[in-house]
Amino acid sequence: MALLEIDELKTQFFTSAGTVLAVDGISYTVEEGETVAVVGESGCGKSVSALSILRLVADPPGKIVGGRIGFMGRNLLELSDSEIRDVRGRHIGMIFQEPMTSLNPVLSIGTQLTETVIHHLGYSEERAASRSLELMEMVGISDPPRRLNQYPHHLSGGMRQRVMIAMALACEPKLIIADEPTTALDVTIQAQILELMKNLTRELGVAMIIITHNLGVVARYADRVNVMYAGKIIEEGSAEDVYHRPRHPYTLALLNSVPRVDQQRSAKLDPVEGQPPDLTRLDGSCSFRPRCRYAQEQCAQSFPELESVGEGHRAACFRSQEIAAGLEQVA
Amino acid sequence: MYKYVVKRLLLLIPTLFGAAVLVFLLLRAVPGDVCQLRLGGGGEFIDPRALATCQEELGLNDPLSIQLVDFLVNFFTFNFGESMWTGRPVAYEIGLRFELSLQIAIMATFASIVIALPLGTISAIKQNTWIDYLVRTISIAGLAIPSFWLGIIIILGLLISTQHYLGTPWMPPIDYRPLWEDPGYNLSMLIWPALATGYRYSAVATRMTRSTLLEVLREDYVRTARAKGLLEKMIINRHALRNAMLPVVTIIGIEFAFLMGGLVVTEQVFNLNGIGKLFVESVGNQDYVMTQSLVMLVVTIFVLVNLVVDILYAVLDPRIRYS
Repeated sequence: MALLEIDELKTQFFTSAGTVLAVDGISYTVEEGETVAVVGESGCGKSVSALSILRLVADPPGKIVGGRIGFMGRNLLELSDSEIRDVRGRHIGMIFQEPMTSLNPVLSIGTQLTETVIHHLGYSEERAASRSLELMEMVGISDPPRRLNQYPHHLSGGMRQRVMIAMALACEPKLIIADEPTTALDVTIQAQILELMKNLTRELGVAMIIITHNLGVVARYADRVNVMYAGKIIEEGSAEDVYHRPRHPYTLALLNSVPRVDQQRSAKLDPVEGQPPDLTRLDGSCSFRPRCRYAQEQCAQSFPELESVGEGHRAACFRSQEIAAGLEQVA
Repeated sequence: MYKYVVKRLLLLIPTLFGAAVLVFLLLRAVPGDVCQLRLGGGGEFIDPRALATCQEELGLNDPLSIQLVDFLVNFFTFNFGESMWTGRPVAYEIGLRFELSLQIAIMATFASIVIALPLGTISAIKQNTWIDYLVRTISIAGLAIPSFWLGIIIILGLLISTQHYLGTPWMPPIDYRPLWEDPGYNLSMLIWPALATGYRYSAVATRMTRSTLLEVLREDYVRTARAKGLLEKMIINRHALRNAMLPVVTIIGIEFAFLMGGLVVTEQVFNLNGIGKLFVESVGNQDYVMTQSLVMLVVTIFVLVNLVVDILYAVLDPRIRYS
């Protein structure tokens, strides 16, 4: 049985402008120790899907309206408030996007690191402090005893994100959800942090869901990839498959829009034209259709189902076979 | 930090100087003087010679510049002079009332905090529920109800309820005894005006607590705290309230400083001989010396309270450091 099974998850926001279908029936699984990436552009619902797992979507206006999230034999969506609190931070750790604002500015690093183990594992202050030192050592923070008494504003962005990682790992969770963990960091720091996360999850055998819009991250660090567009998963497969054998026009367009070292410098970038759709006004058609080069009559009629296009590789496009054929021709 | 405090205290001197010049000039801009009021306050004939003698005695005939310099020199050498109206030393008159006003200000501020923090917090947590509406109604009422009316209602309520339950009507005493001489007596007198003003001043603080807490609860670090699985109680107390306190501390500080000299109506209703009453009387009597000293006192209190508020900032928020 998989560690985490998300089944037909639906999260909606009820706003004055209408109901936003932020996450519109996504399903995927995460095996123990596996790293799964969820990629997509801003506003595609990837962060909301991550927050939904721990039921951290602000309510109101957000609400998880349907689906099932199986974790350690239980449906997280059916747990009481106190039961889900026991899962948060204890069995599932979370790392957020903005290390600058995600740490509490008025509490010391030590307080913020120790409170999770004190709360969940009932550690004494001393034991929690020594655990914190251990964690800081683990995430590569220099001079831990001194840092313990410092405040977030004393630390650089990269350091803060290391603290966030230490916090997420404090109770030895089974799963870490990282919501754009490196978006706010310098490129050099990004690589360090990703490398650290990869090594730690591997060493500790922790599974990880990494939410990102950075395809480079996907290629290097993820075992499997889910590509999201307008609240739905439109392609899923191993990192290898998605990166080298994309079967959905959106994935293809995304890959083409990324500058690559193995291409000539003069080669022009090929952006994905147009804007993502308004999530309050989705009709039954394929939501990528207005921006799609391969759109045809059929795409306006119904939304294509995710269909197998290879082993463990699925895509939601009527013309995925043709795309496959086309790519092979180019190659 | 120590250096900073000293620097701030030294800044008190130019502030007081500016305030002194300003109040001096403003008082002189009002037509008439204390002698005219004393001799002819009832509308009777004023003997010009008596008037001249009086003005001469009080130094009202000296050129303004001489009067100003006299005032400044006297003030900064802590020689506050005598009241032009009663003839008693200013320090004595203020000393008589200072204790009472300070006690009420402290008690009212305390009451206001005790009311505002829990109400504001619960109202933010239960935003847009009936609890929130109830709290907001209570605090709006606090702003809208005139304090003299609330004072009268409290006194009437005490009279009626004691009559009903004890058989004899009881009213708060009207002669002041210091706290350390007769605590029960003192408190039974001062707790009512403190509650009345505390309630009134809690209104702004309650609304401030509610709105800043609502803002803080939307911050990323509160979401982080939730993701850690902490209890809502811990999230509010440890992670949110402390961040929400800065503006509330400011409001409470300003209120406290104001309470020291501004409780005119409440003092009237509860028959208290406080600084506020003295202030209004001395302005009405054109008692320059007394008014000037009182203004200087209030300015000093404001400056000191602001300093305390700034120090509290640094205590609450480690990002704020003074040097």
